[in-house]
Amino acid sequence: MSDFSEELKGPVTDDEQVETSVLSGAGMHFPWLQTYIETVAIGGKRKKDFAQTTSACLSFIQEALLKHQWQQAAEYMHSYFQTLEDSDSYKRQAAPEIIWKLGSEILFYHPKSNVETFNTFADRMKNIGIMNYLKISLQHALYLLHHGMLEDAKRKLSEAETWRHGEKTSSREILINLIQAYKGLLQYYTWSKKKRELSKLDKDDYAYSAVAQDVFNHSWKTSVNISALIKMPGVWDPFVKSYVEMLEFYGDRDGAQEVLTNYAYDEKFPSNPNAHIYLYNFLKRQKAPRSKLISVLKILYQIVPSHKLMLEFHTLLRKSEKEEHHKLGLEVLFGVLDFAGCTKNITAWKYLAKYVKKTLMGNHLVWVQEEWKSRKNWWPSFHFSYFWAKSDWKEDTALACEKAFVAGLLLGKGCRYFRYILKQDHQILGKKIKRMKRSVKKYSIVNPRL
Amino acid sequence: MRGFAAAQAHGILSPGLAFPAGGLLPPLPEAALATRVTGPGGGNCRGAAMDLEEAEEFKERCTQCEAVSWGLTDEGKYYCTSCHNVTERSKEVINSDIIPNAQIKALNRGLKRKNNSEKGWDWYVCEGFQHILYQQAEALKNLGVGPELKNDVLHNFWKRYLQKSKQAYCKNPVYTTGRKPTVLEDNLSHSDWASEPELPSDVNSPFLESGMESQSDVHTRKSLRISKALQSETSVCSGSLDGVEYSQRKEKGLVKMTVPQTLAFCYLSLLWQREAITLSDLLRFVEEDHIPYINAFQHFPEQMKLYGRDRGIFGTESWPNYDDIYKKTIEVATFLDLPRFPDITEDCYLHPNILCMKYLMEVNLPDEMHSLTCHVVKMTGMGEADFLTFDPIAKVAKTVKYDVQAVAVIVVVLKLLFLLDDNLEWSLSNLAEKHNEKNKKDKPWFNFRKWYQIMKKAFDEKKQNWEEARAKYLWKSEKPLYYSYVDKPVAYKKREMVVNLQKQFSTLVDSTPTAGKKSPSSFQFNWTEEDTERTCFHGHSLQGVLKEKGQSLLTKNSLYWLSTQKFCRCYCTHVTTYEESNYSLSYQFILNLFSFLLRIKASLLHEEVSLVEKELFKKKYSVTKKKSKSKKRRR
Repeated sequence: MSDFSEELKGPVTDDEQVETSVLSGAGMHFPWLQTYIETVAIGGKRKKDFAQTTSACLSFIQEALLKHQWQQAAEYMHSYFQTLEDSDSYKRQAAPEIIWKLGSEILFYHPKSNVETFNTFADRMKNIGIMNYLKISLQHALYLLHHGMLEDAKRKLSEAETWRHGEKTSSREILINLIQAYKGLLQYYTWSKKKRELSKLDKDDYAYSAVAQDVFNHSWKTSVNISALIKMPGVWDPFVKSYVEMLEFYGDRDGAQEVLTNYAYDEKFPSNPNAHIYLYNFLKRQKAPRSKLISVLKILYQIVPSHKLMLEFHTLLRKSEKEEHHKLGLEVLFGVLDFAGCTKNITAWKYLAKYVKKTLMGNHLVWVQEEWKSRKNWWPSFHFSYFWAKSDWKEDTALACEKAFVAGLLLGKGCRYFRYILKQDHQILGKKIKRMKRSVKKYSIVNPRL
Repeated sequence: MRGFAAAQAHGILSPGLAFPAGGLLPPLPEAALATRVTGPGGGNCRGAAMDLEEAEEFKERCTQCEAVSWGLTDEGKYYCTSCHNVTERSKEVINSDIIPNAQIKALNRGLKRKNNSEKGWDWYVCEGFQHILYQQAEALKNLGVGPELKNDVLHNFWKRYLQKSKQAYCKNPVYTTGRKPTVLEDNLSHSDWASEPELPSDVNSPFLESGMESQSDVHTRKSLRISKALQSETSVCSGSLDGVEYSQRKEKGLVKMTVPQTLAFCYLSLLWQREAITLSDLLRFVEEDHIPYINAFQHFPEQMKLYGRDRGIFGTESWPNYDDIYKKTIEVATFLDLPRFPDITEDCYLHPNILCMKYLMEVNLPDEMHSLTCHVVKMTGMGEADFLTFDPIAKVAKTVKYDVQAVAVIVVVLKLLFLLDDNLEWSLSNLAEKHNEKNKKDKPWFNFRKWYQIMKKAFDEKKQNWEEARAKYLWKSEKPLYYSYVDKPVAYKKREMVVNLQKQFSTLVDSTPTAGKKSPSSFQFNWTEEDTERTCFHGHSLQGVLKEKGQSLLTKNSLYWLSTQKFCRCYCTHVTTYEESNYSLSYQFILNLFSFLLRIKASLLHEEVSLVEKELFKKKYSVTKKKSKSKKRRR
């Protein structure tokens, strides 16, 4: 499935789900439980055949979608439309949304379908009941975006934005904000295109001021459109990013910082590593003091200890004057290498080798022992097996050396990894290996010098 | 109802209500016949006497029967009340000195139209059911059932029902209470005011030709319309005149008409006629849309509006269920107080010997098994007319599930031959396979394994198709049912939207449409010798599983197990339970195969198998009540 379908299902599902998935981030779904609840609800009475056949029809559609049999899915869909006339009012109300989801999926992939068919379908579905108008409009716009029809998408969003019907509910408010924000995002896109144009132009160019004016107007509209959404709790990465970019461009640093701080630290928002990354990058651009940067990354470290920014974090901690920061620096490095995805990260190993040595030299054996305690029963086979020694050496001798050094420091010179690398005769690395051997002898935690 | 009313008043139908085939229904009580029929549908109140009075001025002799006894048809034409011959002469021609005939008609029609297009006709719930029955009878006729079924049997059952439920043919029909025709003397002189000229007159038709009441008495109708107007101003919602009353009517012992009940009527008539359609066939035809059932109301005349309570009465969202219709059949027959049905003898389709033959063919089993099924039928006494014939007035009214029973007999025979313990049937198959390889020219021995492989494949395909077809079934009628006039535009708009969406998606479907409606057939599987892909086992021999002993043949298998050890003796309705996993896989397969053919639950068939065994092994049950150990049978 493409990103598009993910988007379709992502932030905008049904009313309740919007709230649960956005607020708590845990939208769980048990289809079997649903059927069980249904049978309980009707008190064991025999389901009507209408209900039976339509639910069978639904599973046939789902199966066909799973197997990418768009044709079959369309065939069953033809029959499934009758659920719009279900005599069970609960099901009747739920039908448009199910039909929209299935139908749009089919039309997205079906070889005989095209933008026109999709438009007709979307326009029809929008007008079945008022409950789904906004959602469908938004997804319709996303579909158009996916097909590169920016102007049409913008028009759809504007239509939806001005649509007023019935009571204003909270779930609808979120949707309207989303629609406006997407519109803002499209405006941002135009703006950044213009900005690029502007950067190519000479300041004395006669067109410069016109383009500049244009850029300015756009940014103003966009900020209005986006700012409402990002005040609501949720994950709004692309919106926040583009909004901040524009604010920064016009020199409103305080505004940008406020948005980012709010996005990262407001407790109502779901935990979101990107929020901290954005804030960190912004602060770095602003040349903020080290302590501030450290405090931002500390939170990121708690959420994603394997993030590539952790090496940067380590450097910051190492440079810090505080001893507790030094200790944390060691922790961070060990943490990064706990993850399978980072095992071949040579920088991390290099840092670790250096830093462990430095720590041991600095008489902080306890720190290392503390970190090693929880890892000593799995790191040897995870990182320092004979197999790894062989393959690491074959792939990347530099990496193998760094690892061997760490292995030697942590496991002693008897360690297989260390021994294997030591045995290898390498002309360039020969000196380095020798030095390493000496250091291991001197500092290894296995045989503390008593 | 007018059909009935007119016919009765003029004494065309003999009071005996003779049934053509088989038996005679007892005459309706004299009192009921003596009184003028006043029933629902307005027209019933319109006495034939009034017509006669008005027609008195016409004194010519009938060209067909020479009688001078004229009535007026809807169109104002004279018809002979004794032979139903309709003349070309009409009332207007005679009175043409007053106003030109054409003008009256035009005026009347104009007025009528306006009124109708908004409100539709006045009609009663039972007329709706009558219309459905009419359609179903027509469909059955098209399936090849004799015309007597419609014209005589079903007609009479229905009349009897109307009488027993006090809706017509009795002194005080339920509907006239409180609605006595208040005579409004106005300028309308005769029948054609309130009648609809477009409708065929029922005079020519013996039964239900018009499908509903077209005739009406101007006075009754007027008063009814007033009461209807009053009702609709309050809160009543139903297109029919008595929809609300009908759904509230609750009397002890009354069997109210429902849509499934119409099938009970059909089945009763089929049974009376001893037609070659079993209950499972009938229900399958319903499911395959050969017999109107789901949304049968959509074929009602345009002017019979349905909404509100009519939804609940005529709307159906389920296919009929075997057990349910079976029970309803008995219920209806008892309610109608029907006499013993014509005997089911050996030459009837419903006799187990014939049905067994049919089902043996259907599931591709050797013809030779038929003599064994006949034997079982004989031993259990299930082939006797007294056992098979339906007698609603007997002490305990019960009828036989002919199809289920026949299939159960086949299952029992399969168990006798192959034991079906997931073991013996396979070793017997090995023997047959070896034998067939050696003797390629001889008549092949029946190989259970091969049969299973072929049937399993065919069955799975059929079932898959069936499930897919069901999932694609379109339930909603072109005429949406709505609760009230307020909902009407919403319902129609929704319908239109669904139709539009369907149209859009049908363009995405492959241009070759799925094979159209299947033509109705009592067979679902076809096996022919020519088909090389799918072996036909009809001609295979059972030699491999039987052995000769003197004059008689014995089954090689001398064991048997009972499907039910102990019958349920509690007050619940079932006699036994079926927990699938407790039984051998072969037995499960066979039950599934047969229950799919009959569209019943496997448990129902299991129950029937147990009942057949109970008869067959009576001694085992009564003497030891223990596991049956061995069983040798002679043939």
